[in-house]
Parts: sequence; C-alpha cells; structure tokens
Amino acid sequence: MIRDITLGQYYQTESLIHRLDPRLKIVATLLYIVVLFVVDDFLGFAIAYAGLETAIIMSKVPRRFILKGLKPVFLIIAFTLVINLFMIQGEVLVQFWKFHITREGVHMAAFMGIRLFLLIIGSSLLTLTTRPISLTDGIEALLSPFKKLGLPAHELAMMMTIALRFIPTLLEETDKIMKAQQARGADFETGNILRRAKALVPILVPLFISAFRIAQDLALAMEARCYGCGIRRTRMNEIRFEKRDLIGAIVFACFLAVIVLERFLW
Amino acid sequence: MSAFIEVDDLKFDYIKQDGTSLRAVDGISFRIERGSFTAIIGQNGSGKSTLAKNINALLLPTEGRILVDGLDTADPASLWEIRRRVAMVFQNPDNQIVSSIVEDDIAFGPENLGVDPAEIRQRVRFALKDVEMEEYRRKAPHLLSGGQKQRIAIAGAVAMEPQCIVFDEPTAMLDPRGRSEVLKVIERLHDKGITTILITHFMEEAARADHVIVMNKGRLEMDGTPTEIFSRQDRLKELSLDVPAPIYLARILGERGVDLPPGIETTEELVRCLCQLQ
Repeated sequence: MIRDITLGQYYQTESLIHRLDPRLKIVATLLYIVVLFVVDDFLGFAIAYAGLETAIIMSKVPRRFILKGLKPVFLIIAFTLVINLFMIQGEVLVQFWKFHITREGVHMAAFMGIRLFLLIIGSSLLTLTTRPISLTDGIEALLSPFKKLGLPAHELAMMMTIALRFIPTLLEETDKIMKAQQARGADFETGNILRRAKALVPILVPLFISAFRIAQDLALAMEARCYGCGIRRTRMNEIRFEKRDLIGAIVFACFLAVIVLERFLW
Repeated sequence: MSAFIEVDDLKFDYIKQDGTSLRAVDGISFRIERGSFTAIIGQNGSGKSTLAKNINALLLPTEGRILVDGLDTADPASLWEIRRRVAMVFQNPDNQIVSSIVEDDIAFGPENLGVDPAEIRQRVRFALKDVEMEEYRRKAPHLLSGGQKQRIAIAGAVAMEPQCIVFDEPTAMLDPRGRSEVLKVIERLHDKGITTILITHFMEEAARADHVIVMNKGRLEMDGTPTEIFSRQDRLKELSLDVPAPIYLARILGERGVDLPPGIETTEELVRCLCQLQ
C-alpha cells in the first residue's frame, strides 16, 4: 500500500505543454508568479486567469487533478483571507464586538485569494506536466551559468534525482521497520501525542541507519559505473530548445506584456 | 586464451574503527582467462565480496597485485580505465539504481564516460534487449520485481560495454523465478563473449561456470573445473558448502551401481544420461 504513492504529481499524457522545454516552463512559471503580484485590478486577474485557463486546456490534464493540488494549501488560503478581511484599516462596512470588516479589507482579501489560487494552480501545472527528471534537468541547466561562481549545479541536480529515486525505497523500508517493531509489540496508534511521538523513535533510528547503509551501497555502485571519473559527462536526453519552444516563449512574452501594460496604462 | 585478470598474492585488510585491522583476503593468486566464466564460491565472510571489489579497484590491495588486462589496479592513472573494462553488479538491486526512470538509469554509466548522446540511446536500446526488458524502458524501477530490477542493474553494466562483468551475489535477494531470469541473462552475456565472474553461494549456479574458485577464511581453498571441485564432496562438506543436487544424485546412483558417465553437472545432463540407460 505504502509503495503505491506517485512521485511528485506528474500526470502522464501527450500534449504540447508536456513537450515544452522544462527550462521554458520553469522560467515561465516563475515570471507568472511575479506578474501575479504586479496585477492590481480585476481586469488584470481576468487576463491572468484566461492565460492559465488556456494552458490548462492545452495540457489536457483533468481538472480534478489540478484542484487536488489546492487541497493541502486550502487552510493557508483561508487563513490569509481571514487575516486580510479583518486586519486592513479603512472604511468600515460591518462591525461586531471588536472586529470590523472594511471595504479595503474585502478588496484586499479578494485579491489575495485570487492571487494565491492562480499561483498554486500555475505552479502545480508545472509539476503536473513535467517529469521529475526533466524538472531536475531543467533546474540544472538553468543553474549552470552559476557554476563559474562555484555553485555545484550538477551535484544539486544529482541530489534531487537520487532523492526522487529513493523516496519509494525509504518508504518501503519504513513500512518494513514498522511491521518488525509491531511484531515485537510496538504500539503506534494509542496514547497522546507525546507517547505517539516517542513510539516513533524505534522507527526513526533504524530508518536512519538503513538510509546510511543504502547511501554507502549506492556510492559504491556509482563509483563502479565511473561516476566522477573526470571525463566531461554527457546526457542521453539533452534538453533542446526547439521551434515549438520559441513559439511558446513568444506567446508567453506577449501574454506577460498584455498584463503589465494593463497594469500601467489603465 | 590469454589471462585477462591476474591476481598475484593478494592480501586485503579492513581497518576497523578501533584502529585494528582485519584480514579479509589472505594471499590469493589465480588467473582468469579472457572470455571465461568463473564462479567464486565460499561461505559468508570467506572474503569473496572483498576479492570482487578488488578486481575493479573499488578496494585496493593491502599487499600483492592485481592486473586487469595488463593494468595495475593500484595505479591511480588506470583506475577508470579498469572500471570501464570491468563492470560490476551488486547484490541489492534497489541500492544500485540511480534514476527513477529505467532508461535514464541504464544511461548513467555511458553518460559518466562522456559517450555521445546518440550512441548512448543506441547502447541503452541494445542493453535493454540483452536483458529482455525493452517494454519497461520508461517505467519506474520501484514498480518492478526484484529479478527485473536486477536485470536493469545488469543492463546498466552492459551499457558501459565492458569486457568483463563481476556479479557479486546477484541472485541472493531474489525469489527462485527472479534467480533463473537473472542467471539466464548472465549466461547469455557470457555467450556473447563477456568475461564473467559470478560470486555466489548457490552451487547450482557455480556448476554452470567453466572455472570454480572456492574460498575459505580469506584463502583460496580450491581452483579448478566444476567437475574437479564437486568431486571433492567431503572437503566441500567440511567447508559447509553443498554439492549441486544433480551431482550429488549422480554420485549416490553411481555408488549404488547405476552406470553413469563421469562429469554430470546439471539436471538436464543427468536426465539425459538416465534416459539413455534404458
């Protein structure tokens, strides 16, 4: 059961968005997030949403998958809404006891809500349409200009790749250790929080030890396969910026320009 | 045939945390011919894994010398050249797969060697074919069975185009089906001309080799063909090593007066000889 988890939240299908260069997708997502904070009226948000909607339709990712990404952050959105609603000073609309809701508060809360909503959907679209491996490749490529400044871009990407690879292995290991401890009478389900936290110690200690053992094995296996032999590494799947990526980049740039113009001209 | 690997009076000490040393391999010499299939057997702790890691320079001899294709493993300049020629497959399939996509993992070795991308893709395709896993190339390794994972690990070694592959107990953690899958692949690779070294404690596997080395407490106990080795059943028993079932059965039958030719090593041979008795 524990091994059925999916890595990241990649949704496998064939679409133009899926095939775009991961570097383009990462940069576009970052710019989209920045632009969301430039927008300050409903028309701007409408345009931003229209762009996102177009991308969602093109990506062929079912809507329920996209909304699933919102669930874990729902509380944060709700909290932000409430804070904004009550904390902003201004023209009072409703007042009860010590609380008051102002016109500016409603305005701000609505903006913040829309902003977070678009931000989360936008960034989950990136992880839904990009394989974890392509994502790490893209990050490596984007960070490689900083190699000259001493940033270990390749090593960081390799770490991410290995972390992704070993999440299921460590989950399996956890499952095994838990069963072994339960077989010896360990109890993880009853008692208060403190007791339950204490019950986790006999899981975490062996898990750490086994993680180190796995790391040692893996390091040996990687060395045996000539990792770090000093020859310049090549990649089987080189990321190539193709015509469709260029078109995508131009379309996205126009979209950004429209939003920014809307903000400063109206 | 010329010697591909020459081990000359190899001694290896592990340094323990308290500073004392533990001799794992104690003065071993043997030769492995190019294109041969050698099995190294012995109990746990007999030093066979340590020996294997010395062969591709993951460990360096404390004393003595190992030559791989004429290159000294102790020479740092030939380190990578040796690992390129002698690939290694380890016991635990999970702990040697690097990437979460099968084909990316197989590409890992050639990528490290700086092979051209187009050629890497070709090597990956051929390697997957060699281990009969073509349809799994875009799968995630953690969803595969143990035998399949081990075949992916073997494909990863094959993609480096080595002349020799050292298998360090590759079937120890597998179920019987996984074991036979992996063994089939190992035999096929040997047939393709790869010098094969198989470390195992399954005697049936060792019987398939053409050269068997028996280790005991860090020393070389026996060195010969499977027929020679398995005829010394009493000594093997003293070392707590079994004799493969067909060989054992052939001997018992021989003692009871059944007329069987010498040198029977596999179940198929025994069945064939028994059928011919009629």
